[in-house]
Amino acid sequence: MSDQTPDNPSAAVEPVDHVSPITGASVSGTLPSWFLQAIVGGSALVALAILLATGSFTIVLLFILTAALSLPTAYIWSRLAENSRQAMDRLVTLGIVTGFGLAVLPLISLLYEVVKRGTARFDGSFFTEAQRGVIGAGGGAEHAIIGTLVITGVATLISVPIGIMTAVYLTEYGTGRLRRAVTFFVDVMTGIPSIVAGLFAYALFAAFLGPGIRLGIIGSVALSVLMIPIVIRSAEEILKIVPDHLREAAYALGTPKWKVVTKIVLPTALAGLVTGVMLAVARVIGETAPLLVTTGVIDSVNTNPLSGRMQNLAVYAYSEYKDPGVDVQASYDKAWAAALTLILMVMILSLLARWVYRRFGTDLRDTR
Amino acid sequence: MTETADKTKSDRHAPVATDLAKTAEQGVKRGPDKVERVAKRFQAKDVNLYYGDFHAVQDVTMTIEANQVTALIGSSGCGKTTVLRSLNRMHELTPGARVEGEVVLDDQNIYAPNVDPVEVRRLVGMVFQAPNPFPTMSIYENVAAGLTLNRRGISKTEKSDIVEKSLRGAHLWEEVKDRLDRPGSGLSGGQQQRLCIARAIAVEPEVLLMDEPCSALDPVATLAVEDLIEDLKSRYTIVIVTHNMQQAARASDVTAFFNLEASGKPGRLVEMDATDKIFTTPSKRETEDYVSGRFG
Repeated sequence: MSDQTPDNPSAAVEPVDHVSPITGASVSGTLPSWFLQAIVGGSALVALAILLATGSFTIVLLFILTAALSLPTAYIWSRLAENSRQAMDRLVTLGIVTGFGLAVLPLISLLYEVVKRGTARFDGSFFTEAQRGVIGAGGGAEHAIIGTLVITGVATLISVPIGIMTAVYLTEYGTGRLRRAVTFFVDVMTGIPSIVAGLFAYALFAAFLGPGIRLGIIGSVALSVLMIPIVIRSAEEILKIVPDHLREAAYALGTPKWKVVTKIVLPTALAGLVTGVMLAVARVIGETAPLLVTTGVIDSVNTNPLSGRMQNLAVYAYSEYKDPGVDVQASYDKAWAAALTLILMVMILSLLARWVYRRFGTDLRDTR
Repeated sequence: MTETADKTKSDRHAPVATDLAKTAEQGVKRGPDKVERVAKRFQAKDVNLYYGDFHAVQDVTMTIEANQVTALIGSSGCGKTTVLRSLNRMHELTPGARVEGEVVLDDQNIYAPNVDPVEVRRLVGMVFQAPNPFPTMSIYENVAAGLTLNRRGISKTEKSDIVEKSLRGAHLWEEVKDRLDRPGSGLSGGQQQRLCIARAIAVEPEVLLMDEPCSALDPVATLAVEDLIEDLKSRYTIVIVTHNMQQAARASDVTAFFNLEASGKPGRLVEMDATDKIFTTPSKRETEDYVSGRFG
């Protein structure tokens, strides 16, 4: 049954792909590599035709109908043309792709909606004007953007040293009970609802500065409570993958422990630490609840976190929607533009994090 | 072997040097042709090593002579590497690990309570099994790492001189002199290992410990490292752990054979003698079985 030689007569009689080149056993053919793509494409076209004919077209229905058509078609076709193992493989492949589609569909839909509604007021004046004295159309979110940057920036300044030092303690120094206790409380902190963090920060400052106090710094403290556990977790994971043999190499040169940590471990993990911090910032930059109770609502620019109320993008979007001005649609447009700005900020941070990791990351696999 | 037998064995270690002198007269390999710098010698006295409750190595008493290459051989898990790591107090870095007994470097017990392990490690350098250059540093910075990290106020020219000298000492200078600013991880495995040796000798230790330095290298790179070891003993005392008996036979002057009675039992030093003697006429049957491959 061998078809290895081109002049093998049996190869001329039988199609080559009906004989397994490995085992020589007879198989019932293989489908081309683009088989699945063709099935999905075909199903999508059929689904589109059905939906347009019945006049009930939506993206979600198209997705569901395409999946419903392509899964059994691919399985049965493959079962007939190939064998049951191949058919199951193709069914599972398609199933996984469908699951992935289900997961990203809401995200794509959300982005689409925010971009569609957000671009109406996503213009120059949105970034250069505040809301001071604006009751109808016009105005912008300059004060909110500045507030978001200041509040999140100060929160980062508070969280990063605490977070990284805690992670260093957990990976390099901690042993026994205290280490387990710290790990436990970090886990607990991860689960704190954001409004609780806000109320904690408010209560802390109100105890000293009197009730009703609203300051940018209180918001930063509230965000820190949310950020610190994220920074600790990501930094701990990164420090753990710094291989021990690098620490030992440094010790063997007669290096004291604190220098091993500061000169070898932290620089090796630097890109990963930066990435972790950026993702933590991205996580808290859109927080609303804790800022509502700590930084207050204001219409004009305030750059000093230690004095006066401070607006931020999330609260801005919330208040433009909750208390629209005389021109309701104009307020709604500003709220959506603020949402779009926030999403862009998060996206830029994520991309920057990836870029930093690729550009400056130490390839630790190399050194194993 | 019983403990008493161990003791008598250890007592016999004093005349090792005379044994070596004798073998030298017969024209067999021994210490370096010329000693450029007299390094320090080690004496381990009744050293017991533990990982938590596990007794890893039992009652090791041995003398490691200055300016010689001492090879530690034995099957996996018999504690060679553990013994090696106890010589520069790296053993205790493993959580739960502890040491009993004395390790004397010239005349100072390195486990005395007033001794700082960091200072011990400055005197006793180490090269590891897998090459481990610091990935964030260039070739130059890797070699200079020990100086940068631990010596303040060293001038740039002095540092450059030491880097060049160390790279030359590690037989690597010619291969890397044009790319000192490139990352150390870009070198081949054998070059990386010689880079690590250069890094270790840049701080001018007394003793170099090598933990299977060639196990990740191909035969050509292995030979380069072995040549280097031969050169280095004019300035340093060298202790090398190896699985490769040919390597021990080629590269060392003295060989110590470790074994364990059964798995789970602590490892112990069976016999230590001039390398040629260990590989031709060892005094213990156990050693003979191992070096001739009849072990197990």
